[in-house]
Amino acid sequence: MNEIKKTIRKFIIENFLFGEEDNLKGDTSFLEEGIIDSTGVLELIEFLEEQFDITVKDDEIIPENLDSLNNLEKFLTRVEAK
Amino acid sequence: MCGIAGIVNFKNFEDKEPTLHRMAGYLRHRGPDAAGFYSQGPVGLAHTRLSIIDLTSGNQPIHNEDQSIWVIFNGEIFNYPELKCKLQSRGHQFYTQTDTEILVHMYEEYNTKMFSYLNGQFALALWDIKTQTLLLGRDRMGIRPLFYFHAHNRLVFASEIKAIFADQTIPRKLDTQNLSDLFTCWSTMAHGTSFQNIFQLEPGHYALFSKQGMSLNQYWELPFGKTSFRKESVDELAYELNHLIMDAARIRLRADVSVGAYLSGGLDSTYTSALVKNNFNNKLCSFSVGFTNKNFDESPYQNRAVEHLGTNHKTINCSHDDIGNVFPKVIWHTETPILRTAPAPLLILSNLVKKNNFKVVLTGEGADEIFAGYNIFKADKVRRFWAKFPDSRLRPRLLEKLYPYVFSQKNSKSIKFLEEFFKKGLEDINSPVYSHIQRWESNSHLKIFFSENLKQQSQGIEDFVKRYCTTLPDDYMDWDPLSRAQYCEIKIFLSNYLLSSQGDRMSMANSIEGRYPFLDHRVVEFAASLPPMFRMNGITEKYILKHSARGMVLDELIERPKQPYRAPMTQAFLGNTTHEYVHDLLSETAIKNAGYFDHKKTNRLVKKCQKQGGTLLSERENMALIGILSTQLLDFQFINNFPAA
Repeated sequence: MNEIKKTIRKFIIENFLFGEEDNLKGDTSFLEEGIIDSTGVLELIEFLEEQFDITVKDDEIIPENLDSLNNLEKFLTRVEAK
Repeated sequence: MCGIAGIVNFKNFEDKEPTLHRMAGYLRHRGPDAAGFYSQGPVGLAHTRLSIIDLTSGNQPIHNEDQSIWVIFNGEIFNYPELKCKLQSRGHQFYTQTDTEILVHMYEEYNTKMFSYLNGQFALALWDIKTQTLLLGRDRMGIRPLFYFHAHNRLVFASEIKAIFADQTIPRKLDTQNLSDLFTCWSTMAHGTSFQNIFQLEPGHYALFSKQGMSLNQYWELPFGKTSFRKESVDELAYELNHLIMDAARIRLRADVSVGAYLSGGLDSTYTSALVKNNFNNKLCSFSVGFTNKNFDESPYQNRAVEHLGTNHKTINCSHDDIGNVFPKVIWHTETPILRTAPAPLLILSNLVKKNNFKVVLTGEGADEIFAGYNIFKADKVRRFWAKFPDSRLRPRLLEKLYPYVFSQKNSKSIKFLEEFFKKGLEDINSPVYSHIQRWESNSHLKIFFSENLKQQSQGIEDFVKRYCTTLPDDYMDWDPLSRAQYCEIKIFLSNYLLSSQGDRMSMANSIEGRYPFLDHRVVEFAASLPPMFRMNGITEKYILKHSARGMVLDELIERPKQPYRAPMTQAFLGNTTHEYVHDLLSETAIKNAGYFDHKKTNRLVKKCQKQGGTLLSERENMALIGILSTQLLDFQFINNFPAA
């Protein structure tokens, strides 16, 4: 697991799962599994912007980018490569 | 309004008097004006009285002519004058002016069929000496509470659970399965309570207890699920509804003390207040609660209603600290964990009513359930509409009208994500719980805070749904979707949460009786007989009620967006003020000792909240913290530190 994924995983476990890490796999859907609720995505974006010094544009806030560790990893790699 | 309690022991002789006196002690807030006791053979009855009708000669228990039937009663029979006339014409003799006295004579005339004649809100216990049978009964909608413990041919019952625990032989333990249900659907299901082996008589039921044992019987079922509906025009039906609500309000003014009204600033309470003010009591006094936190405050609407109606109005402002301060008392009275703080301001409000020397208030509760006022009904409809074309970009935008605070400016950029959240399970439209499953699934994630031990004893969401579905009527899936959603909301939420934790318990804690015109069974039956489109038209909630209220209630109050009644959550406990009990009960030691929650996760949640100045962004996390704190309070007050009466 690369550093990006590790950092996000740690945040998700701390912030949304309060320490429960057993069922969080790379392709676990945050929405499908109820890991984040309807407002949780804002916390996630705030974290990404602060931690990785990026700006998440409105049209990037879609499940294809943010709804699992794998999606987030791909998204961040893409953004950082720009 | 009163408190009732009793013991029936068919197995052994027992000296019931000391326990009965302790039981009455725990119910004094429900009836501070007088207490009465009765013992005969296997039975002992206790009653605490809040005098409202016949202030001088109405003390209970009350008996029939030959003293072979005795009753203790909590509540009101609003149609008692009419019933009394009929009973007198059939030769029954009365010795008081109370509504209570009709019950012994109704029983003589009709036995258990008596319940179908009663229009009221009540819990009663009636002892028949000749047959040595105890009859317990509860009103149709479950406005007044009645709990019991039954073991070894012995029954202990009371208006509140704390009075049952006056019998020190009864174990006090939280029920883990019911706790799990509560963290799924906000309340316990059916006859369950938060305590092991303590049950409640369900709404619309009566029980018979004799040497042969106990039987539970239903005398009324929620009338939703009609196969044919009223055919008249909306104007004709609105006219009829107006008269029906007016009559429901009229008979709810029957009292020998002054009757006031709660005024929330919404349609329902403004409508009933207008009917009373314009037709029956020109000097109506009204009461409301506002919030210093403007996100929750409805004072501007309340003020507009008061200006228009001209009531003599009293209001109280509720701060975060006020909620934090009264919360332990709130849980002492709810006798169950809660996931929101909404009951707390209502406790503060009933205290305001008491300080103004009122004993009775009319309230607007029930209209949202029977006339489809809640967003959950609209969301069900919008999601069904969306499910017909799941790729539509426009259909899900209707959700923005329902949840403007979720789709607010702050969240607007994450709209696609929010839509995805609401899309979960979208096409499962044949699920019997389509309207509620999203809420339950979301809530059930709160259980990640459960301790390993509690998790092992809890059922998952699928088992919860299966268990609920076994209680549904056989033809349920033939009903229209709106009636199904309303039935579900009423069955699970109305009596077990709204009318208890926000209703009876918060008002009776201050010896105040609430009366609910919209829950008159005639109004409920009328609502259920309407075509669904007259309850909710498009996504306009309470369509016919709005039609009916027009002209009496300001248009701006009729048209205003529905604002769910809510109160500040975690800011009340972990905001600017630190409450010692919060610190103590959420400590690692207290969490470990109680054993319900994972102390590490709880600690992380508390720290997250403190880091954000006492606020949590997520609704679910807010509910988790309130749920944990209220469970800890319940355990502290009822299990480990239960006070002497």
